[in-house]
Amino acid sequence: MPKITYIEHDGKSHTIEVAKELTVMEGAVQNNIPGIDADCGGACACATCHVYVDSKWFDKLPKVEDAEKDMLDMAFEPNKFSRLTCQITITDKLDGLVVKMPSKQG
Amino acid sequence: MIKTDVLVIGAGPVGIFVIQQLGLIGLKAEVVDNLDKIGGQCIELYPDKPIYDIPAIPSCTGEGLTKNLLEQIKPFKTNFHLNERVEEISKEKNNWKVQTSGKKTFITPNIIIAAGVGSFEPRKFSVKEAEKFENNGVFYSIKDKTIFKNKKVCIFGGGDSALDWAIELSNFADVTLVHRRHEFRGAEHSASIARQLEKEGKLKIKTPFQINSIEGKDKITGITIKEEDGKSEKIPTDYVLGFFGLIMKLGPIVDWGLNLDNKTIPVNTENFQTNKEGIFAIGDICTYPGKLKLILSGFHEGALAARACFKLARPNEKYRFEFTTTSKTLQGRLGVKKSD
Repeated sequence: MPKITYIEHDGKSHTIEVAKELTVMEGAVQNNIPGIDADCGGACACATCHVYVDSKWFDKLPKVEDAEKDMLDMAFEPNKFSRLTCQITITDKLDGLVVKMPSKQG
Repeated sequence: MIKTDVLVIGAGPVGIFVIQQLGLIGLKAEVVDNLDKIGGQCIELYPDKPIYDIPAIPSCTGEGLTKNLLEQIKPFKTNFHLNERVEEISKEKNNWKVQTSGKKTFITPNIIIAAGVGSFEPRKFSVKEAEKFENNGVFYSIKDKTIFKNKKVCIFGGGDSALDWAIELSNFADVTLVHRRHEFRGAEHSASIARQLEKEGKLKIKTPFQINSIEGKDKITGITIKEEDGKSEKIPTDYVLGFFGLIMKLGPIVDWGLNLDNKTIPVNTENFQTNKEGIFAIGDICTYPGKLKLILSGFHEGALAARACFKLARPNEKYRFEFTTTSKTLQGRLGVKKSD
């Protein structure tokens, strides 16, 4: 299974194996990793699963759809590496992905 | 003071359907919701997205579902107290006394919490000075637009609220609209009006900028905005308005002495009662072994909680299980046939 590294805002790092076909959000929520709220449950409707993707990985992700760009406007302190993890489905290509959580989700 | 059999907190699909279940067994409910409209997440987050797993409805939108549920509770003529949040509760003999942010008081033996992930509140600026100036120069909604007359106003956001207010206030105030990217997500038409006003010099637009700080001692004097890669700019201003949509927060419910498990409320699945007698939780906000966060599960949870409410609201009466297909009493309450 692909390994995903989630880094909390204070630097605490969690590397876990997440099954393919799950989203990066589901990987965090199902493994009780703090810092990703996912209030709407993965409908790209709340911007509380926001992360900063490691700069080396950002361009390797599937591109950002308009709906996600719109939702990112509402995320807490977004920057150019911001993504919503409910919109990133895990594949073999994403083995090793590193994401960092913001100081809060809203 | 409003006396009722049941106070329902949350006007989402589960909160609406439980009114029907309560109404059928003869209980009157009042509903409080912090949103300005009925429908909860279905209306606020995904009004146009199709839902495919409502029993016997192959597909409907969040808006359609809300409309149909409201149709279903029509016979029960229910009061919805919108734009109000429940604040405090206290026990008075056999009743709960509930106070809302709108200064209403409810007296009721039963409270059903159907609050989803919490009440919708405006998302706020992340800069620390924003809190200090909140309601004193920093606003997240507009109650009286006349206060902005001939003032300098900075509006943040890229959706309809930000665009609409920027256009409206530009008629009589010096408005700067600031957004984190060049594209606006609000209606195409509003965005083009804003661009036109910019060309005519009636509105300033700053993109891609985010807020960096708010300056001022007792009153706001200006703000600094920043581009992601460094460039910053100072703008003198009297008011700072943020329109970043809404976020869900559990709010004062966390101080009610209810058991909590990671932002959800554990319940007994026999009647969906919490650890406090007369306080029930249904829908996404409740948790129990095997819980599924589906609307259909919330409907079932409400049906059981409603029966439990009967015992507390009508302690001297016996509850009788009946079907709507055959019971004249139920049909009478539904207004489809005269009851005996």
